Amino acid sequence: MFALVGTVPEDKFPLASGTVVLEGEEIIVANKRIAVNRGTPAMIAAAAVTMHYLGKPAPYCFLVGDIGDGVGCKLLYKHLEEYLPSSTLATLALHYFQPDVGLFKKMLAAVKKMPLRPTLIADAGFMYVAKMGGDASTFDLFTPDAGELAYLADEKAPHPFYTRGFILHDENLIPDLIKRAYQYNNAASYLLVKGAKDYIANREGIMEIVDSPNEEALEPIGGTGDTLTGVVSALIAAGLDIRTASVKAAKINRLAGSYAKPTPATQVYDIIKQIPPALESVLNH
Amino acid sequence: MFRSLGKKKAKPDTTVDRGILVFENTTDVIRAENVLKAEGWKVRVMGPPPEIRSGCDLVIEFPLIEELSMIRKLEENNIKPTQVVPVNSVLLEPVDLLHEKEYDQYLMVRAANMKITVDRDTKMIVNVSGGGCPDVPYLAGEMVNKHLDAAPLPRDIGYTLCAYALQIAYDRVVEKCSL
Repeated sequence: MFALVGTVPEDKFPLASGTVVLEGEEIIVANKRIAVNRGTPAMIAAAAVTMHYLGKPAPYCFLVGDIGDGVGCKLLYKHLEEYLPSSTLATLALHYFQPDVGLFKKMLAAVKKMPLRPTLIADAGFMYVAKMGGDASTFDLFTPDAGELAYLADEKAPHPFYTRGFILHDENLIPDLIKRAYQYNNAASYLLVKGAKDYIANREGIMEIVDSPNEEALEPIGGTGDTLTGVVSALIAAGLDIRTASVKAAKINRLAGSYAKPTPATQVYDIIKQIPPALESVLNH
Repeated sequence: MFRSLGKKKAKPDTTVDRGILVFENTTDVIRAENVLKAEGWKVRVMGPPPEIRSGCDLVIEFPLIEELSMIRKLEENNIKPTQVVPVNSVLLEPVDLLHEKEYDQYLMVRAANMKITVDRDTKMIVNVSGGGCPDVPYLAGEMVNKHLDAAPLPRDIGYTLCAYALQIAYDRVVEKCSL
């Protein structure tokens, strides 16, 4: 089973888990409707669209409402700690979440008790806390952008907010930051670095660069990184190896973005709508 | 292009006379910072030392000798630190580089991992992206499609370091749009 974990930006949204249904511009999980605009709902929608195209079962989701005070996330950390040891998830993608090193480590201990170790993918808050706690190398794939890669590369920074200037400076090239992230064991087995060029790398170095089509206007659009994480997670869940899935996901996300004819004011659902034709183009042509 | 957030403040000569105020969340840190700076105290928002770091944290560094009066002032404003401890290790400096990019009439500013984009002609916020803490999608929902003058401020409704970074980016956008 393929599961996605994250937050919904609503204070009153309860802890909910279930198979996702995509309906128009909303996702439905455990009979709760959630607008797809950015963040975890955008990742889930992209994953669901991809799984549907591939003829695979819709993903399972663990969601909780949290607007940043961490109250909802504490509930879901606890739920996962109890649920995971007896679960048979094959792919687990972790997304927007309140970084809390203590609770995260308990959850990770629960993952290690699972009968089969799942493929672990992290982005956003879960990627931050994995690095904060020194657990990055436990993961199979991280999907940082350039700013987040600089954070991974800074062995002293506990959050991107504290990334030191000499590392954050744009004179630092992505390849150097990738090398530094691995040097200090602050990267997952694979990195899919999203940006003007998408880099697929591992400890040995950069394996692939995907740089077309190139739509500059995608960078400011909230959710374009989330859709990439959703697509790559779904491709991995469908059976592709991480490197192949990363390369294809990068192409699919860029193509979907290009099909949407974006401006910096475009909203991410317009891009999600273009994922099926992008999947068709990349996987079948 | 990157721009520094202005001149670096002079670092204290020593840390032995400095303490840190620890709060429940970043919102309280920001409120406390505003109160204390308004009263003229020389305080700095910093990253906590490793021994009290739990996740998405900020602390306020302050002159220890003024602890009592500062705590009193914070209590007058219903702000209560969870811990007050002396500084005994090097504190982390918040990010001080901003990245700006223009797309025709649109201006995007990135601070650390947070990006905000405005239409310079209409001064409408058209997108907020980046970040990883759960208040980022919430802040985006509250701020996008609002005028710069009408949007709620990240420091008022956010909780985390991502919100603090977004506030820095927002301040730069306001500065650039008023030129």
